[in-house]
Amino acid sequence: MIVREPPVREPARSAVQRLGRRVFDILAEVGRAAMICVGAVAAMRFAFTKRARKDIVAQMHFCAVRSLPVVSVVAFFIGMILALQIGIELRVYNQEALTGSAVMASMLREMGPFMSGLVLAASVGAAMAAQVGTMMVNEEIAALEIMDIDPLRFLVMPRMAAMAVTVPMMSFYTCALGVLGGAVVSHTQLAVPWATYFQNAMDFASTKALWVGLFKAFLFGFIIVTVSCYEGFRTEHGAVGVGRATRQSVVTNFLLILIVGYFVTRLFY
Amino acid sequence: MIRFEHVTKVFGSGKRVLDDVSYEVERGEIFTIVGPSGTGKSVSLKHMIRLLSPTSGRVWVGDDCVSEAEGRELSRIRSRFGYLFQSAALLAWMDVYDNVALPLREKTRLTEGEIEFKVRDALEKVGLGGEGASMPSDLSGGMQKRAGLARAIVTEPEIVLYDEPTSGLDPVTSRRIDELIADLSSRLGITSVVVTHDLHSALSISTRIAMLGGGKVLSIEPPSAFIHSTLPQARAFLEAQYITRRGAWEANRP
Ligand SMILES: Nc1ncnc2c1ncn2[C@@H]1O[C@H](COP(=O)(O)OP(=O)(O)O)[C@@H](O)[C@H]1O
Ligand SMILES: [Mg+2]
Repeated sequence: MIVREPPVREPARSAVQRLGRRVFDILAEVGRAAMICVGAVAAMRFAFTKRARKDIVAQMHFCAVRSLPVVSVVAFFIGMILALQIGIELRVYNQEALTGSAVMASMLREMGPFMSGLVLAASVGAAMAAQVGTMMVNEEIAALEIMDIDPLRFLVMPRMAAMAVTVPMMSFYTCALGVLGGAVVSHTQLAVPWATYFQNAMDFASTKALWVGLFKAFLFGFIIVTVSCYEGFRTEHGAVGVGRATRQSVVTNFLLILIVGYFVTRLFY
Repeated sequence: MIRFEHVTKVFGSGKRVLDDVSYEVERGEIFTIVGPSGTGKSVSLKHMIRLLSPTSGRVWVGDDCVSEAEGRELSRIRSRFGYLFQSAALLAWMDVYDNVALPLREKTRLTEGEIEFKVRDALEKVGLGGEGASMPSDLSGGMQKRAGLARAIVTEPEIVLYDEPTSGLDPVTSRRIDELIADLSSRLGITSVVVTHDLHSALSISTRIAMLGGGKVLSIEPPSAFIHSTLPQARAFLEAQYITRRGAWEANRP
């Protein structure tokens, strides 16, 4: 049950008890977030019904097409920044021709999934938390539960399915555009010929890095939807609560994307 | 049909909203709950479908203890209900038609044609025949309420809970909704629990009226007795709507 009441408790009698409760509450909340994630994944067996298909396509449109402009700008500039940063260092050793390989390597494994994850968390994730939070405040979620329509299946699953596909796609797109941005800077600022840059870039494009990057992006999709919906479902106290949910979802998403990104790299390298 | 057994509800803030409340709504009744704002009328309704759980005591629906049911059992009990939220609670991104069709599409195997017939009928009944394609945000509060009402009754439930069905409506539409509620109960035998501030509607359609105040049920009386009530809270309520012991609507105007 998504709609729930906070438990009523006697005030804690000691600092130890207060601490114990706090730890217990945090664990319970983590469990609840996990329950939302697992519930939505389990509901994916209904992803091919007519309504779900329609919802998933709508969500994909919202996640991908609507965030395309901002993702494009971010991707291009990240590539430019990387190329400039690395190129200036490499020039000291007369190795600026290698800029392409460095940009490609860092985009594929780290910056591609990371930047697309952050941008989508800040835009799509925040919107999701606000929408779910508003529905909570407006008793729409309660109405769904009374009609015996599972909010995890009805609301979270289409978002999760859409994001699991979109974030990797966006990540790949970010990599491509980033490498392109790097090429422009290499050519104009570092006088590296286009052909040399791309030759180097392609030589260093490892399939493993690509897969690890896409895997990360895939995980980020789940994280963003789980965190945003979890925060949305936790909303109470009207408009103020919706603001809190939005803010908290962005903060938590950023932290998790950083931490999980690091550990996935560790796992594979 | 719906029985409150010594129900006490204390919220986290320590606020005691219901205090050892016991009463029973009979099958087929139109049971009206009146009382000042903030006395726990909506809270009472929410206990009947377990959107809230009692701090102590029990709530029964027929032979099922709804306040202790979980999982499938709870789903089964809830499926007997239609619920009109005080806030209407329509899904904002769907138009009125899709909102009303939602429980049928999700919970029945009806074809789209059969669904359309039922949805049009429900919208017609609440006077929103032409508003199927409107988005909830484009409707007035009263119209949203009626769309919520259509959604609550479209599944033809056994029990319907109405939270202020006529608030925000013009008097003519209010009477129409009253007639609808009365009609549903007399024709289909639906049990209705109505929360309202509108004593004119309470007096004309109810089988019994419960007056809530201070966390207690102050009185439960049929309209004929309620209008002669000597309870100060009830008198204040009646007189605020120009209803006197001599009868409703009669000249008692300032
Ligand atoms: N979920 C909740 N948490 C805490 N207090 C609540 C909650 N729901 C209602 N209340 C309190 O219970 C009281 C009764 O609320 P309600 O039943 O909505 O009033 P009304 O009789 O006007 O419908 C109010 O004082 C309200 O503040
Ligand atoms: Mg109320």
